[in-house]
Formats: sequence, structure tokens, C-alpha cells
Amino acid sequence: MSGPRSAAADVAAGRNVLSGVLLGIGVAAFVDETVFHQLLHWHHFYDRSTPAAGLVSDGIFHAVGWFAAVAALFLFADLRRRGAFHGRRWWGGLLTGAGGFQLYDGTVQHKLMRLHQIRYHVDLAPYDWTWNILALGMVIGGVALLVRSHRPGR
Amino acid sequence: MHDMTGEGGVGLFWLVYAAPLAIAAVGYLGAVRMIHRRGDPWPTRRTLSWCAGLLAAAIAVTGAGHGDFTAHMTGHLLLGMAAPMLLVLAAPITLALRALPVAGARRLSRFLRTRPLRILTHPVTAAALNAGGLWALYTTGIYPRMGEHPGLHVLVTVHTFAAGYLFTAAVIGVDPAPHRPGRRTRASVLIAFLAAHDILAKFVYAHPPAGVAAAQAEAGAQLMYYGGDLLDLLLITIFLHQWYTAVAPASPRTPRRAWRLPADV
Repeated sequence: MSGPRSAAADVAAGRNVLSGVLLGIGVAAFVDETVFHQLLHWHHFYDRSTPAAGLVSDGIFHAVGWFAAVAALFLFADLRRRGAFHGRRWWGGLLTGAGGFQLYDGTVQHKLMRLHQIRYHVDLAPYDWTWNILALGMVIGGVALLVRSHRPGR
Repeated sequence: MHDMTGEGGVGLFWLVYAAPLAIAAVGYLGAVRMIHRRGDPWPTRRTLSWCAGLLAAAIAVTGAGHGDFTAHMTGHLLLGMAAPMLLVLAAPITLALRALPVAGARRLSRFLRTRPLRILTHPVTAAALNAGGLWALYTTGIYPRMGEHPGLHVLVTVHTFAAGYLFTAAVIGVDPAPHRPGRRTRASVLIAFLAAHDILAKFVYAHPPAGVAAAQAEAGAQLMYYGGDLLDLLLITIFLHQWYTAVAPASPRTPRRAWRLPADV
């Protein structure tokens, strides 16, 4: 793609990123719910100390995560049927979305709103650092992929 | 949803639940038969969907209601979410418009276009009625009083179903709706409703309605949360699949199926 990009190509590029970001958010929310809550039982269905604002934030994120995951898959199918799928943009979006969600969860929801913690009755510092560094790593990796996908002559 | 086998309860039960369900079944099947006799097609999956929806509603109002909160919640999921989804996908209004004589069909279509109905069927109104009803039911004194007052019980049951149907029809309706808002609006309302449902489930978990034991409330609330999630996943998938189909690029590989009804019947 050396010449000026068409509007349709821009739309397709945006949709690749969007599909990736939505799936990233959905997967991060799902992993949080399934692995840490259901399988490891590190945190619970509802920690009664949660303030009302936290409960509302959690509910909204849960609903958005559910919707985002399904929407991402339909967007993916749409890109495939139009032959407009672009792997690097899609993966870049996915890592950015998953990392961004996890970083928000690890900083705003866990620490600022004190909605719930990763695990209870343990020293939280190593968990928090691992959680947020992993999240930051995903965001950096995702953004790097997105930047590279915009270079000409890929 | 409730045990109404006491004196006079059976008569009330037949009047309020069984009769409307029977009329709905006979009416739908009769209309399909009329259309078939005329030589016009009607998709079998819609007929099956209608029957399954009525069955789900029947189970909800008869079987699943004997006192405990988990059973009540099963009834709520069936009556307020599963049954409406199945019934909405059966396109009863489309069927009525095709089966009724021209004058009747015109009257029905004029009625659907009236202002009160337009407001009532708007996704925001429908979601507010649905979520508002649930919040009122579990956070005020309504739930504990349902057992004592059959009239209140009937009112809650009918509201659960009607609000569930309105909401589902507003989001994934396949019947003609001249003023149905765009998909982005509907998606936002759907997400907001899901969030309200989840928040309420967690609220009930921590604050049981009067007369419900803590363990009961926890079990019922988790059923509401995870059962609701499962049905919501279905609702989201149907909604997005409709969107996906509607924006399909013209392609020789996907010819339109001949029997499909036009969207504006």
C-alpha cells in the first residue's frame, strides 16, 4: 500500500483494530471471572465491603465484556468475508485491549475503588506488581504491533 | 412461579394463566394453518419457537414455584427472559398481519403506530419497565407480600412476562416496528440492561428480600447472575447475528433464500 489509502481501507483498518480490542477486553474479563474467581477461588462472587460505585462499575464492565467478546467475533467474521482481515492490526488491538482492561482492573478497580482484591489473606504486593506489569507488557506489545502495521512497505 | 392450588386458586389459575396460554397456542396454530391453506409458506422454526416459548411460560407459572427463592428465580429466568426470546422470534405480529383480513390487518398496523405504543415499545421504556420492575420486586416489600396476596402475585407474574417480552422485542424483534431505533441505540440499551441485571443479582446476594434466608438468597442470586448471563449471551448473539446478516456485502455465494419474508410485511 504505497499510494494514498482509500477511505474503505481506513475503515477496514479501524475495524481490524476494533475487533482485536473488543476481543481483548472480552477475553481479559472472561479470564478474570473464570480462572481467578471460578477455578482458583482467589476472589469471590461478591465481597460485601464493596462500595456501591464499585458494584455499579463491576456490573457495567461485566456487561460490556460479555457484549464486546461476541461483537469482536462477528466483526472478525465480517472482516474475513470481505477479505479485509489484517493479522498484525488485529493482534495489536487484541493485546492493547486485554492489557488496557487488566491495567484498569488492577489500578482503578482494585486500588482506587477497592472493589475487590486479586487474592485475600496474602501479601498483595507481588500479586499486584505481577498483574500490572503483565498488563503493561501487553499494552506495550500491542501498541508496538499497531505502530508497525502503519509503516509503509510492510 | 407460585402455588395456587388453594381454594379458589385453581379457578384463578385457569382464568389468569392457562386460558391465555391456550388461546395463544390455538390462535397461532390456527393462523399458520390458514396461511398454509392459502398456499403461502410460514417457516416451521417460527411455529416451533412459539410452542417452545409457551411451554417455557407454562413451566414457569405452574411447575417452578413452590416457595423457595431459587425456584422463584428459575421461574423468573424462564418467564422474563427465555419465554419472551422464543415468542419474539416466532414473529406473532407478522403472522397476524398475514392471517387477518385486510381491514383487520390495517387496524392492527394502525394500532401499532399509535403514540402510546410507540413509546411503550421503545427500547429505553421497555428496559426501564423490565429492570425497574425487578428492582422494585426485590428491594421493596413486594416480594415477601406476594405469597399472601394472589392478586399481587398475578400482577408481578404478568409484569415480568410483559416487560420481558417488550424488552426482547425492542432489541431483537423480527416483527415490523415502524419506529424501531438504530442498532447502536439498541446495543447501548442492551448493555445497560445487562449491567442492571448483574448489579441487582449481586445486591440481592448481599441484601436478601425480607423473609428470604441468607443461604437461599445467595443461591438464588447466583442463579440470577449466571443464568441471566447465559440467556444474555444468547440475546447478544442473536442481536449481533441479525446485525451481521443485515450488513452482508452483496455476493453471488450467498443468494437470498426464496421463502424469507420481506422485513416490512
